[in-house]
Amino acid sequence: MKLQRRNARGLRAVTLGAAAVSTALLLTACGSDDNTQQGGADTTKAAGNIKCGGEGKLLASGSSAQKNAMDLWIKNYMAACPDVQINYNPIGSGGGITQFNQGTTAFAGSDSALKEDEVEASKKICKDGQGINLPLVGGPVAVSYNLSGVDDLVLDAPTLAKIFDSKIKKWDDPAIKKLNPDAELPSTDIQAFHRSDESGTTQNLGKYLGAAAEKDWSYVAEKSWPAKGGQSASGSSGVAAQVKQVEGAIGYFELSYATSNDLNSVKLDTGAAEPVEATSENASKAIAAAKVVGEGDDLALELDYTTKADGAYPIILVTYEIACDKGNKAETLEAMKSFLTYAAGEDGQKILSDEGYAPVPDEIAQKVREVIPTLS
Amino acid sequence: MNPPTSTAPPPAPLPPQPAAKGGATRPGDRIFVGLSRGSGVLLLVIMAAIAVFLTYRAYIAISDNQANFLTAFEWNPQGQPPQFGIAILAYGTVVSSIIAMAIAVPIAVGIALFVSHYAPRRMASPLAYVIDLLAAVPSIVYGLWGALVLVPYLDGMNSWLDQYLGWTYIFEKTSSGPARNLFTVGILLAVMILPVITNVTREVFLQVPRAHEEAALALGATRWEVIRMSVLPFGRSGIISASMLGLGRALGETMAVATVLSPSFLFSGHLLDPGGGTFAQNIAAKFNEANEYGRDALIASGLVLFVMTLIVNGAARMIIARRKEYSGANA
Repeated sequence: MKLQRRNARGLRAVTLGAAAVSTALLLTACGSDDNTQQGGADTTKAAGNIKCGGEGKLLASGSSAQKNAMDLWIKNYMAACPDVQINYNPIGSGGGITQFNQGTTAFAGSDSALKEDEVEASKKICKDGQGINLPLVGGPVAVSYNLSGVDDLVLDAPTLAKIFDSKIKKWDDPAIKKLNPDAELPSTDIQAFHRSDESGTTQNLGKYLGAAAEKDWSYVAEKSWPAKGGQSASGSSGVAAQVKQVEGAIGYFELSYATSNDLNSVKLDTGAAEPVEATSENASKAIAAAKVVGEGDDLALELDYTTKADGAYPIILVTYEIACDKGNKAETLEAMKSFLTYAAGEDGQKILSDEGYAPVPDEIAQKVREVIPTLS
Repeated sequence: MNPPTSTAPPPAPLPPQPAAKGGATRPGDRIFVGLSRGSGVLLLVIMAAIAVFLTYRAYIAISDNQANFLTAFEWNPQGQPPQFGIAILAYGTVVSSIIAMAIAVPIAVGIALFVSHYAPRRMASPLAYVIDLLAAVPSIVYGLWGALVLVPYLDGMNSWLDQYLGWTYIFEKTSSGPARNLFTVGILLAVMILPVITNVTREVFLQVPRAHEEAALALGATRWEVIRMSVLPFGRSGIISASMLGLGRALGETMAVATVLSPSFLFSGHLLDPGGGTFAQNIAAKFNEANEYGRDALIASGLVLFVMTLIVNGAARMIIARRKEYSGANA
């Protein structure tokens, strides 16, 4: 009798527990930053002419900024080539490079090109060769804000630098007014949000501010936020959620987060004829101004953040795939080459803009296409 | 669940043991002794391995650090030159845990007393069950709840605190942003550690010998006096160990803090201003993008947390040991 009662109680506990866990799962699912829905149905069509190669498992890891692009490419590639299983783990650029240099992955994704010591470390894994950077995904970093009644905010680099450095504290500051003569700016406090975790997005914004607003942004561009003051949140999704929630907030993240959260983004006064909007197309125009600074097969880019070309949006992020030029692992080499060929090809690049990314400009993509077949 | 306390009622006298004489042990005994000794040794080995690993990696990091590891208000191990310090993290960890303890311990003791001595039995067990359930909620859910619900609703309370208690300096609010500060983190941590403390103290209160309570009642004590004279003294060391368990969770809590706090390496004594950080939160935030040296630096901060936790636990054990003679168990 007693035993029976205990059993009934245990069962109830299990049911309730299960209910709690499933609610929890539901909640976390809502909170995740999965924006893959936007791609739309027509992206699968692009899978037409993929040349399959190799078989087995292809492991890669790295930058979370290119996660959505990778997911899309992998989905299309694996639909066409079921013999290859690709697994891209978005653990962050630093972790990706570490795993690549330990030899656990075939290639890494990274927000920034390999540093010298990382190239040295890669020589242990790449027999007779070294790690090289292949730019495959570009993207605009949007600066979004939450200010009721103001739709078309225009800012320039010095103003942006002062806002993020807590030197401009109110929305009706003369510097902002001057750039937006027609807008009705309230006198609310500016809540400038930055990333609390380390991120290539932060580093690229820092590089832009350092180049385009030298006088007002004296910090070295690092992955961790250099300035003091302001508010912070974890991850692009965290920053976007805060900007959405807090009146008077401004923050930066990849464009897809701005569109998925319905946030207004700042137009940049770059010195071009008209203020430039953050779009995939405009980012591609700015990436076109980049120079290749890598030697040999290495295609590391130096971006031109001060470009004044019409319609070029200069806060951009380029992520690389990192592989060995010589000495890649034999068992995954063919699969990797075939996958990267698809990703760098016209079909692979074309679908990037659906996800809020920017295709790499033709001239650079062409060089990538020439390098990939020579990997060995 | 038996509470981890040394004041459990004295064990009943053991029946005479039949086969414990001399070396005549059975194989079952020997195997069991070996197994249990092995488990004990394994635990020590694991702890030692963790300590050695942390110390080794931390040594690599600290020897290249260009700033004072204990006092610098900065975290930039990947910069040139690397500079990082744990002052802000230690401050944030300690302050948020103190706030959490100040809120959670009295409430938890109250709930435990209610469940064990006041509530009608029909209500007590469902209530205890609901508290158990609180402990099963994953911390990321607490974090989301904190960021989406708690933070917006605390704005009003923060302005109230600022208005009436602003003169204390610590409750002065100098920034107008949302309440993503150490105070909010403290409140959230209080909710999270509440079930741990409540459950353990409830169990301890239920262990109070019936004879003690009945003796107090026989002397004409009211129910409150019974609790004050027999339950609380008996349960005191239990409350302390329960609080330490809770404190351990508060010190090490990661995801919830990382979701709610707006971390920065700017020191502020104003609890209501956004900023600060905790060890675990900082490790979670920086680990993904850290290179090998950056990870060493984070491990160095982990070592400090490890040492802090050891000190807290040691202190708790000392308090319990000293109180043993006064506790009701020996009365």
